[in-house]
Amino acid sequence: MGFVLFFLLGGLMVASALGVVLTSHPVRSTLCLVVTLFLLAVFFIFLDADFVAALQVVVYAGAIMVVFLFVIMLLNLQVDPHERTPPSWRFFTLGGASVFVLAVLYLLRAAGTLLPGPGMQSAAPAGFGSIEAVGLRLYTQYLLQFEITGLLMLAGVIGAVVLAKRRVG
Amino acid sequence: MDSLWFELAVSTIKALVVLLMVLQLAGMLGWVERKGSALIQDRIGANRASIFGFAGAGLINTMMADPLKFLTKEDLIPEGVDHLLHTLAPAVHLFPALVTFAVIPFGDVLVIGDHTINLQVAPLNVGILFILAMVSLGVYGVVLGGWASNNRWSLLGGIRGSAQMISYELAMGLALVAMIMTYGTLDLQAMVRGQGGHFLGFIPAWGIWYQPLAFIIFLCAGIAESKRVPFDLPESESELVSGFFTEYSGTKHLMFFMTDFVEVILVAGLVTTLFFGGWQVPFLARDGFHFPGGAELLLPNVVVAVLQIVSFSVKVLFFCWLQIMIRWTLPRFRYDQLMRLGWIGLLPLGFLNAIVTAVVILAWGQH
Repeated sequence: MGFVLFFLLGGLMVASALGVVLTSHPVRSTLCLVVTLFLLAVFFIFLDADFVAALQVVVYAGAIMVVFLFVIMLLNLQVDPHERTPPSWRFFTLGGASVFVLAVLYLLRAAGTLLPGPGMQSAAPAGFGSIEAVGLRLYTQYLLQFEITGLLMLAGVIGAVVLAKRRVG
Repeated sequence: MDSLWFELAVSTIKALVVLLMVLQLAGMLGWVERKGSALIQDRIGANRASIFGFAGAGLINTMMADPLKFLTKEDLIPEGVDHLLHTLAPAVHLFPALVTFAVIPFGDVLVIGDHTINLQVAPLNVGILFILAMVSLGVYGVVLGGWASNNRWSLLGGIRGSAQMISYELAMGLALVAMIMTYGTLDLQAMVRGQGGHFLGFIPAWGIWYQPLAFIIFLCAGIAESKRVPFDLPESESELVSGFFTEYSGTKHLMFFMTDFVEVILVAGLVTTLFFGGWQVPFLARDGFHFPGGAELLLPNVVVAVLQIVSFSVKVLFFCWLQIMIRWTLPRFRYDQLMRLGWIGLLPLGFLNAIVTAVVILAWGQH
């Protein structure tokens, strides 16, 4: 049951991820991104990480919404019939993609023993991935990292305010 | 294996019952809203749906006539629209509102034989976050509908709607943060159980006594999220025809129309659950009534569960009615007033409320 669902949803997710890069339509591309990230949240639920799954939807759906609005309001909504990418870029794209695939394959081989297999315990310990467990770790073991991330976000907020306040012209 | 099938059957039945109840109530609210507006405006209203020459039972007739009318209408798709997204938008709009009901508990537990059934469709550890996640998904239907219609009124409505919903989500989230701190949990069932006590032995210890400010913030933000008057700028019919769903007819229009009422029920359900004790009945414990002064009335579990479900339903109906009264009482905000209320009014109040709550809990310990 879980196996079938995994491949069904995984296939859907790969398809929508491909849709992000393959469609030439900006709005549809953004929508594909939303679907991809939503399905990623479903996979977090499979892994008993409910809290991360909820955050995935809250943070990414909220954030992409803004991107979405920029696409609708600021970009030219016509689908561009002319290919404007210079040919040399294609070479770099293909090269970069191949290096990435090779790196992932290498990592998979190195991590072979970590992947789920017959010998692996399938059930997570009780309370795993719950908000209490994540919160305790975050505020004790990873407090410094948490604070640094908070500082980074504060800098981002202040930067946004400064940029928005700047008079145009 | 047997118990697995039993669990599956129970979950399916719970999900179906909640879904159908919500949809039925949404249909009824369509009539209640018309009748309520007629009463407020001192006119006779909602008496046109006459089936077989029988116009008396307005509610039943309207509930049958409304869907029939919408379903048999032609589904117009204007020229130059994005077909796929135009068709998808109503479903994307309706889905998050309906799914959110999964985490709202409508009763405590029902014991059948040796099975204990939790009267909540999805007992999630992250219930409140699930609500916020679904609320943030609700924006997509508005923007998609507005953009895909290839109409400037629609686009304006869609962009207004998204700006409004994103703004009020923050205030709503902050009100919820205060509630999470008060109860120390994100599970709505546990929150309702935490509201079971009494002050001085006779005042029900509902969330509103702990968090009156959060209640006001949440109700305002909730009405703004459901885009009803006074927050109905995305569809203000005197300026934008019908806003983001101007270019919809037939069943698709019905879906947008229904989402409006489903969201009313959702806000009512959430307000009831968070601030008014959910399914709690004063003095009713799991085994029966325990009145102050020692009097007791022990009841079987089934009766207790039914009483709780009735209590929850009555509270929800009251808040649906309240929202309809608000809708027909207040005029529409101007856009700058709307933004000022959200960002300068509710948001700092929400922060203040969360900080005060945290300080109080830190100083006087957990409730």
